[in-house]
Formats: sequence, C-alpha cells, structure tokens
Amino acid sequence: MKTGAQILIESLKDEGTDIIFGYPGGSVLPIYDVLYDSGIKHILVRHEQAAVHAADGYARASGKTGVCLATSGPGACNLISGIATANMDSVPVIALTGQVPTGMLGNDAFQESDITGITMPVTKHNYLVNDAGNIRRIVREAFFIAGTGRKGPVLIDLPKDVQTGQVDESENLKTEINLRGYKPTFRGHPKQIKSAIKLIAEAKRPIVYAGGGVIASDSSAELIQLAEMLDLPVTTTMMGLGAIPAHHPLNLGMLGMHGTEAANYAVTECDLLIAVGARFDDRVTGKIELFAPNAKVIHIDVDPAEIGKNKAVDVPIVGDAGEVLREMINLSETLDIKKKDPWLVKIENWRENHMMKYRDDKELHPQYIIEQLSGILEGEGIIVSEVGQNQMWAAQYYGFKSPRQWISSGGLGTMGYGFPAAIGAQFAKPDETVVLIAGDGSFQMNIQELGTVSQYNVPVKILILNNMYLGMVRQWQELFYERRYSYTELPQVDFVGIAAAYGIPGLKVEDKDDVEAALKKAMETDGPFLIDFRIEREENVFPMVPAGAAISDMIGCHIPDKEEAKR
Amino acid sequence: MKKQILSVLVENQSGVLARVSGLFSRRGYNIESLVVGRCESPDISRMTIVACGDEAQIEQVKKQLNKLIEVIKVTDITERKHVERELALIKVNAEPGDMRSEVMQIAGIFRAKVIDVGSKTIVLEITGDSGKIDAIEELLKPYGIYEMVRTGKVALQRGSATVLNSK
Ligand SMILES: Cc1ncc(C[n+]2csc(CCOP(=O)(O)OP(=O)(O)O)c2C)c(N)n1
Repeated sequence: MKTGAQILIESLKDEGTDIIFGYPGGSVLPIYDVLYDSGIKHILVRHEQAAVHAADGYARASGKTGVCLATSGPGACNLISGIATANMDSVPVIALTGQVPTGMLGNDAFQESDITGITMPVTKHNYLVNDAGNIRRIVREAFFIAGTGRKGPVLIDLPKDVQTGQVDESENLKTEINLRGYKPTFRGHPKQIKSAIKLIAEAKRPIVYAGGGVIASDSSAELIQLAEMLDLPVTTTMMGLGAIPAHHPLNLGMLGMHGTEAANYAVTECDLLIAVGARFDDRVTGKIELFAPNAKVIHIDVDPAEIGKNKAVDVPIVGDAGEVLREMINLSETLDIKKKDPWLVKIENWRENHMMKYRDDKELHPQYIIEQLSGILEGEGIIVSEVGQNQMWAAQYYGFKSPRQWISSGGLGTMGYGFPAAIGAQFAKPDETVVLIAGDGSFQMNIQELGTVSQYNVPVKILILNNMYLGMVRQWQELFYERRYSYTELPQVDFVGIAAAYGIPGLKVEDKDDVEAALKKAMETDGPFLIDFRIEREENVFPMVPAGAAISDMIGCHIPDKEEAKR
Repeated sequence: MKKQILSVLVENQSGVLARVSGLFSRRGYNIESLVVGRCESPDISRMTIVACGDEAQIEQVKKQLNKLIEVIKVTDITERKHVERELALIKVNAEPGDMRSEVMQIAGIFRAKVIDVGSKTIVLEITGDSGKIDAIEELLKPYGIYEMVRTGKVALQRGSATVLNSK
C-alpha cells in the first residue's frame, strides 16, 4: 500500500522531475513529508508567485516541464499571475496545489479556494483529484498535455485526504494515456505545404515572421536553413528572439511596437508574409488592417485556433513548426527558387541604415549598458528581463545568438516575473551565466527572492536599470498625457544595501565609464551579484509605434542630440 | 449574425459544462440554448449548443471548443441535413367552459398533450421545432400563460451521418 503523496512523488520522478519550486502549508504537509527524503530537490522560494515564475523560467531555459507546489487557499491563489503568464506564453508548467479534504469541498473550510474554478481560463487544463488511485494517471496526462501541442500550464489540485489515501497498486502501473479529446497535430498537411512553397517561389518580396513557437518547438536550426536556402529575410517577435542570430545577414531584428525600422518597413512592403509560430499579437501588428497590407499570408502554427484569428490567411498550415519547416526544406531542395535580388538589396540597405540607435553621449544610457553586457558575454548567456523599458532595451540591444537565451514575459507582461524566472533558469542551466535585467519598479515586485538567491547561493547577476520611475508608463505619460507623471515616480532605494542585508555583494554605478568594470566584476564574482545602474531618468524606448497606429508609423526614429532635444 | 447549431461530444465529467460556457462568456457571445445529457455511450455526453455570432466568431468558438481536453468532437450541423426538436411545458389559464375548450382545441391542432389538469389551469406538453413552439406560445398568450419551460434545441444529423464520422 502506498499513500497518494507517495504515488505523486513517484509519478513526478517517472516524468523526469528533479526539482520543484514550492512553499509549504497545512494542506500539503503529506506531500512535503514524502518530499523530505525523496531525492527531488525542492527550492523554498519566498512567495508562491516566485515558485511558479521559477518553474516557468526553468521550463523556458531547459525545454523541460517546470513544476511548482503550493498549499491550498492563499498559496494556490498566489500562483495565479504566474500560471496566467505561462499560459499566455505557452510554457509547460505543472502547478500542484493542496486542497481541503474532499468531504469539506465547497464548505468554505479554512484555506479553501476553488482553484480549479479560478484557474480554468488561464490553464491549458486542470484537475481536481478525487481519488488517490487516479493520481498516477493524472500526473502522466498532465505532463503530456503541458508538454505537447501548444504547450501550457496544467494545474493539479490535491485534497489532503487524497494525499493520505491508501492505494493498493499491485495491478499494472503503466497506464496508457488515452485522451480522445486531445490529439495535437504535428505534421502539416502536404498539400498546404506544397502551396506554401509555390507562393514562396512566386513571391518577389517575401519575409519570415518568426515567433515564440520556433523557440518552443526547438526548430530554429530549420528556420535558419530554410531562410538561407531560399534567401528569405527574417524578423522575429520579442518571443522569437534568438531563433536566428542577431547578426545574421538575413535577420532584420524584432518587429512591432518597439521593433526596428528595418523590420517594420519590410513587413509593410512585403508581398508574402510567412508566419511561423507567431500569433499576430496586437503589440506586433499595430493597426491590423495595415499590417503586411499587400501580402499573401502563410501561417504555420501548432494551434489551429490561432490561424485566421486576427488576420486572414491564404495558406494555413497546422503543425509543429519543426516538422513543417523540415518538409518545406525537403520540397525546396528540388526547386530552383531564384534569389530575390532587388528585395535583398533593399533589405540590406534597411539593415545598414535603420537598425537600433540611441544618443550615445557622456550620460549613462541603458542601451549602452546592454551593449556592453552583450560585448562582455559575447552574446552568450541567458538574459532574463522584467517588464517595461528594461525589457525593450534588453530585447533591442542584446546580440542573442541562439534560442532559449532570452526569457521574458511577453503575452501577459508580468512585472515581477523576471527575478524568479532567472532563478529558475539558473537551476536549469547551472553552468550558464544568467543575467537579470530589471527596472527598479519590477524588481521590487519580487524583491523578497533575494532571500532565495542568498539561501541557495544562486549565481544570478542582477542588473537594475534604475530610473526611479515606472519608466514605461512614464514614457506613455510623457508622449500621450502631456508629461503629467501621475503616480509613476519612485523614491530612490539603496538596492546595494538591501542586497548586502541578504549577504549578496553589489555595486552602484552612476558613470558611463564605470559600466564595463562593474559588469566584469559581476561576472567574475562567484555567486550572485547586484548592480544598481543609476541611468538617465527620462530615457525613452525608441522607435515606437503608438498604440493603434500602423507599424510603419514609428516615432523617435531620429535620435536628436542633447541640444536639439532641449529645443 | 447567424444562428449556429453545434453538436458537441464531451467526456461525461464534472466541470465540462463550466469550461464550455466559459469559452462563450469570456468572448461576450451569448448562448441561446445549451442542452446537455447522456448519449449512446455512458461516458460521453452530447451537448447541443445554439449560439449567435458572425462566421468568424463561431469559427473561433468551434476551434476553442476543440482545444478543450474534454471535448471529443465538435460538429456544426447548421448547414447539414438534420432534425431538430424542442420540448416545452406550458401552464396555461383554462377556466372550465369556453376558455378551456378553446385551449384544448389549440392543443389538438398542435398535437400538444395535456399532462395535468387543475381547477383553473392545464399543463400542455408540446414537441416540435422552435417555430412550432413559438407559434403555440403566441396563440396561448391571450389566455394567460402562468409558467412555461422550454428545453432548448436538441438535434441530430439525418441518415447515417454522426458527429464522430462527420468531417
Ligand atoms: C504586475 C504589473 N503591474 C503593472 C504593469 C504595468 N506596467 C507596465 S511597464 C510598467 C513600469 C515598469 O517599471 P520598471 O520596472 O521600473 O521598469 P522601467 O520601465 O522603468 O524599465 C508598469 C507599471 C505590469 N506590466 N505588470
């Protein structure tokens, strides 16, 4: 006989789980008791939100499924923004929650909350387990659902009596997964793939628009191969950064609200848009009617519901990006698709003249910091961001070389995500340098995780781009609300002092000249390190497409020098 | 705006109804009727959903329904050959005398069954397509309808076509 909790931990091990981010409480005591000497590593965070973000960061960095654990009621509720974050960005996470005993369900028992009800719209699926005998099957299903098709979070709610319930498992243990309502499509339809190749052959101005799906399906090699074979310029979404190296000659950089001029112009002028694992999010498309207005559209996505959702599609291909791209490569090998010369010349021109730029003077500009970081790490390492300007500067100026190097909350834009996600990423990749790029606002949303970093000596490098503002909101107030900075100013904080209180070394940097040395010092230090960069306070993220405008309508493309700016 | 009839096979489990209705409510689409009950196999329920929306909206709802793990199959039978029925119980004012015989006459024309007779009221049971039920409701209104309940539409495709074998 085994208890439900024992079966749970065994099942997790069967799925390859070796680390859980969690926080205990009354209704998960039986699970914690089994965890104690189970061999699974448990990381005690300082807030359940950090547990789910860490599991998410772990998943994004490793490609495996992350696992987090919280108690019922308040613990479970603290997971919600993290679950929603993972859901929006299609990240495989298993959230385990304790629940009051089955006999008390619905009675408003102490620390009861209807977590399956609450998370229904923000999970890929969820389970309320009513019998310990079902745990093994449910865990298998949950990992299968989380990690296949369009990936996403799955929550398993475990009433306390289910955790302690005795099960006789003498019969066969290997339950087959039989989910008749869940059959993700992997292989694209051959006829559609043929039509796509035909469109590519006919196109004069094609462009690939690659999203997070390329990263999630580990198909960046195929993407690059196809692009090189057919001379297809590529732009990526923020979620797709790293799918093609930043300095690849066919890469136009990021598109959308804070994309490069090159990418936004190219998409506007293209006659064929090849969307791969991207979902035409409004932060990417701007005014959708003017997004690739004269183009035919090929849309490759594993989720059929994304195809045609925001933009009409000429060739829909439902399938795993890698599978479909491989098919396309096979088909293209036999064809002689000519180089699209005038278009490539134009692309080259845009690349040369319209990539990112900022006013590089004596002041401490955040863009400069990211460039220096990129240089020192030679575009390697794992860069995790918070949300706001810091996120956009990191996305714009870091020279990513490969997928899973960039970890950031895209769809939900969750402040407070970055720090715990960086911790999770570091556990996934202990030998990589993991750098958090944070704003002073976002960092203070999960600043308590300094405790976790300190306790486990997690060697993340924390770079705060400190502007004493909720910078991105301030930017919108500056540009669209007549500089009325309503509740966006933050008082100065001694971040180095706070880090020191947790036993974490740090430096404050106010001068441009000190940036390089400080970054090097951080990288050379064993263990965690924090740098508080006091940056130019009213620096803006440019270029910018105002909300609702066409993406070719960018402001801030011309960067005035300081004198000009004052006038 | 078009009315669409979706025939949906789902796992017979708790929570499925909430998931399905949640898909509609979060998009602000109204469900005109939703009928759910057991079907030919005991572990599957069949939902018949009648919803209004433009084509793109309904298309999106169908795809989202298909994404639910517990949804086995969704078929839009609006444009397919199908039979549909709805059942209504109507408690109508029918004082003994002329009034009662008039009501009984209407019931006769519509082949409604009288399933309860009270001193002042009778309860009629009527089955048919929604139009027929609308019609008898209109005719009975002047006598005074105390209470009425309609089941919402149930529908099946004609011939050998089934939800599972439909493309
Ligand atoms: C949880 C949460 N609350 C509010 C917001 C809205 N928001 C977006 S960016 C931003 C400002 C971020 O400020 P900071 O972290 O200091 O970064 P900066 O923009 O200055 O780099 C805010 C408040 C959000 N994205 N997430």
